[in-house]
Amino acid sequence: MKQSKFNKIRMRETLISYAFLAPALFFFCIFVLLPMIMGVVTSLFRYNMKGMTFIGLDNYVNMFKDEVWQKSLVNTLILVVGSVPITVLFALFVAAMTYEKNPFTRSFFRCVFFLPVVTGTVAVTVVWKWIYDPLNGILNWLLKSMNIIEKNIMWTGDKKFALWAILIILITTSVGQPIILYIASLGNVPKDYVEAAQVDGANDLQVFWQIKWPSLLPTTLYIVVITTINSFQCFSLIQLLTSGGPNYRTTTIMYYLYENAFKRFEYGYANAMGVVLALMIGLISFIQFKALGSDVEY
Amino acid sequence: MKKKTGILDIISMAFLLILSFIFIFPFYWILTGAFKSQKVTVKLPPEWFPLSPTMENFHKLMQNPALQWLWNSVFICGITMLIVCVVSSMAGYVLAKKRFYGQATLFSIFVFAMALPKQVILVPLMKLVSFMGIHDTSWAIILPLCGWPFGVFLMKQFSENIPTELLEAAKIDGSGEVRTFSSIVMPIVKPGFGALAIFTFINTWNDYFMQLVMLNSRAKLTISLGVATLQQEFSTNYGVIMAGAAMAAVPIVAVFLMFQNYFTQGITMGAVKG
Repeated sequence: MKQSKFNKIRMRETLISYAFLAPALFFFCIFVLLPMIMGVVTSLFRYNMKGMTFIGLDNYVNMFKDEVWQKSLVNTLILVVGSVPITVLFALFVAAMTYEKNPFTRSFFRCVFFLPVVTGTVAVTVVWKWIYDPLNGILNWLLKSMNIIEKNIMWTGDKKFALWAILIILITTSVGQPIILYIASLGNVPKDYVEAAQVDGANDLQVFWQIKWPSLLPTTLYIVVITTINSFQCFSLIQLLTSGGPNYRTTTIMYYLYENAFKRFEYGYANAMGVVLALMIGLISFIQFKALGSDVEY
Repeated sequence: MKKKTGILDIISMAFLLILSFIFIFPFYWILTGAFKSQKVTVKLPPEWFPLSPTMENFHKLMQNPALQWLWNSVFICGITMLIVCVVSSMAGYVLAKKRFYGQATLFSIFVFAMALPKQVILVPLMKLVSFMGIHDTSWAIILPLCGWPFGVFLMKQFSENIPTELLEAAKIDGSGEVRTFSSIVMPIVKPGFGALAIFTFINTWNDYFMQLVMLNSRAKLTISLGVATLQQEFSTNYGVIMAGAAMAAVPIVAVFLMFQNYFTQGITMGAVKG
């Protein structure tokens, strides 16, 4: 008797809840879930302007044999490995320097380091294009007037430098969010712990590593994951600055995917790349959660 | 306990200021570059401040449908923001406060989908909107962005703060579900609403990849995409491009500065914690 009444209430609540959820579910199913399924299904087809033929896993086999894809995977990994540690350390440094300052100073620095993100990739790239410009750019001029280099360097056109040139911009456009997160979570470190340690004679460095760092671990984990995902998807900078060149030196997986889909119109192949990219990102997030997560103590 | 200011503190502070300078530089350069003549923009050593400001870049810029682009951006961001806020606050509220069948599953699906980068589904998404006949219109960007579950997640976090007793009291007083939502839930989650609104607006404004894939015709472009197109056409005429970049960046930076507290809250609350 009681059970059936409970069920009745639960049913009623369920109906009401789904009524509230309906709009969100509508958009989600059509514009997220459906494309996901379409992406996975069409990755099994040779799918281009001519039509669709089922080819099983051929797209995937071809991808792993595709030299350009291998190159772009390596480039992407270089960007990830280069940007993640620097971004984390950089953000930690800025946050540690500013979180105890007065609210005005704190929000000033927060804004400063978030500025490149808000300004937008397109607008920021316009300036970087000029900075790197081989003839009229400020970088060559600066280095020449300091006698560091003799000849102008094609920063974005030279195999040796292009990817690093991209990496620098990538870092400046990705530290904003980590800094905000670190400032917030440093502010949440219990003051009693810090004071107790100081009373016991711990120096600043000890206080940082023994007290603050452990409580920052969950935030660090989150930052590592979002920065990794972000670097994995690096696209706009490449498209605007180098178009993947010279000789595929700056082609990332995301850019190669774009090229296949929107320049060569090989949709099936591009979708197979999308599936693999999604799996890789999922796997890496999972590993990071496992590796970093096991050290987290509360 | 007052700390002494050591030499290390001074060095770190100096380093921080140098870094700040580098981070402000692009925005400063866009603002000033917009008013420099073509010759001055490529001068070396650079003219750090426009000594003879000119409007010629903006005149050239206006030969393109730049104002139309600006309006397109505002329209896309404004509508996306509205729909996302309404849809997400409704969903977030029931996910946080109701107990219903399929709740846990649904929430995991949302979180899982959120972890997946949206860019990997861009190709099928483009096919889908073409099929619906809305490719190359503002709706090709607005509707897909409304499906993104980040807002639902954020509003769920904010809705956890609603006291359950308050909802029960309203029920006992005979308030219907819709009234409870509009007169009790909404006022409480208002800060979340603000955070999500500003967050959505800024992210949509700068979502270059999405715009690139969805829009083609010159009159339909957003301001960022328009500037990117100009960059290809004018190549090294930095003056005009800077003017366009200024037009793309200044409004959004202004919005950010005005609402930065909301924005910061959106970022910190959206972080997955437990």
